[in-house]
Amino acid sequence: MSRVGLVVVSHSARLADGVVEVAAQMAPNVTAVAAGGTADGGIGTDFDAVTAAIENADGGAGVVVLYDLGSARMIAEMAVEAADNARLADGPLVEGAVAAAVAAEGGADPAAVAHAAENAAGPPDEPAPTTGESEEAVVTLTNEIGLHARPAATVARAMTEIDATVTVHFGTATADGRSVLALMGLGARGGDRIRVTATGPRAADAVRTFQELAADNFGD
Amino acid sequence: MTVGCTAADLVTAIRAAAATVAEHRVELIQLDRAIGDGDHGENLDRGFKAVLAALGQSTVDDPSAVLKLVATTLISKVGGAAGPLYGTAFLRASTAVKDRAELTAADVAEALTAALGGVVARGKAEPGDKTMVDALTPAVQAATGESITEVLTAAAEAAQAGADATVPLVARKGRASYLGERSAGHMDPGARSTALLLRAFAEAAAR
Ligand SMILES: Nc1ncnc2c1ncn2[C@@H]1O[C@H](COP(=O)(O)OP(=O)(O)O)[C@@H](O)[C@H]1O
Ligand SMILES: [Mg+2]
Repeated sequence: MSRVGLVVVSHSARLADGVVEVAAQMAPNVTAVAAGGTADGGIGTDFDAVTAAIENADGGAGVVVLYDLGSARMIAEMAVEAADNARLADGPLVEGAVAAAVAAEGGADPAAVAHAAENAAGPPDEPAPTTGESEEAVVTLTNEIGLHARPAATVARAMTEIDATVTVHFGTATADGRSVLALMGLGARGGDRIRVTATGPRAADAVRTFQELAADNFGD
Repeated sequence: MTVGCTAADLVTAIRAAAATVAEHRVELIQLDRAIGDGDHGENLDRGFKAVLAALGQSTVDDPSAVLKLVATTLISKVGGAAGPLYGTAFLRASTAVKDRAELTAADVAEALTAALGGVVARGKAEPGDKTMVDALTPAVQAATGESITEVLTAAAEAAQAGADATVPLVARKGRASYLGERSAGHMDPGARSTALLLRAFAEAAAR
């Protein structure tokens, strides 16, 4: 399956590289390409570099382009208009890139990847009520960092693939099981007990998958 | 230039504009340093030097093609906000005068109108936001006359008046908008460069 690629446009080459680095950690199979700075290594944006990055990021499923400020938006816009396989995502750069990368890793289409980036700044969406079976389990986290970066990404990725609405509860806080940022925001660490609830056609699968991932320390 | 403007005339005017930008490079840098990041003169000079190189390398047979070459070069080479903005302006101007071997005074006015439309479409700025739109809007309104020289001279004068009027404004678009109230008291660099470019075009037309 080819996944949506990402392009990070920034005024600074180092900033673009860094954002790609952080996003790639959460999504090993997503092609994320940095397009930062001007051709001569200065601060600014380079239309040709953005156009080339869009080409390089596309594995056939399209490309979502994120940007930092001002002229980066305008250059990204023009490059997207010139390409036929790309769309813009107007979200916070770091959180947006991470959320987009995780969505792309889960096989989301360009619209959904852009949507993930655009909603990365706000509070996690209230999980939509669904009909069908419902299931829950209490899970004790046995890995040291708990539901942090990579484990959160692993969970979000797995939950994206299962047709169920999954909510993770920790104390009074809740998080959408598909949102890596919301999961990380719970702050659940090793030794903490969390509760997983799921509704929908494959609620039981979702809860069992979550338990298996936790038992495996989320692959850590 | 009492008659129409051919591709060769336009190339001459663009070269004059490039020379003006080079001459005012430091001034534009200083204006941008006050309310931005100090690169506007550098950006435009880099862009127009690349335009000179591109004009030297290719043969362009009508005014529309000249404008398009300027547009794509500025988009690629400027690096700052002025790149996509002036790039879109020249691109829209190019489309507005497509397939015309010589431009009339009315064509020039139409190209200016299209250029303003491009800047607004790209940057979403309104008059009063302290941007190049504050120079280009009055320029387009003033751009009337029997000859190209008249049209451009009127446009250039109105553009400079518009640029002068940006001094007390508080920026609401672009990098300067991050400064809020502190952006007041300085001329917008992009408005000034718009006025300079139009003056260079007007002077080239008069020769
Ligand atoms: N959204 C916008 N709409 C119209 N003009 C703008 C906009 N943003 C910036 N500008 C113009 O661009 C000028 C700055 O250009 P430049 O210094 O080359 O870009 P940057 O701000 O990226 O460093 C400003 O003085 C202003 O006239
Ligand atoms: Mg600047």
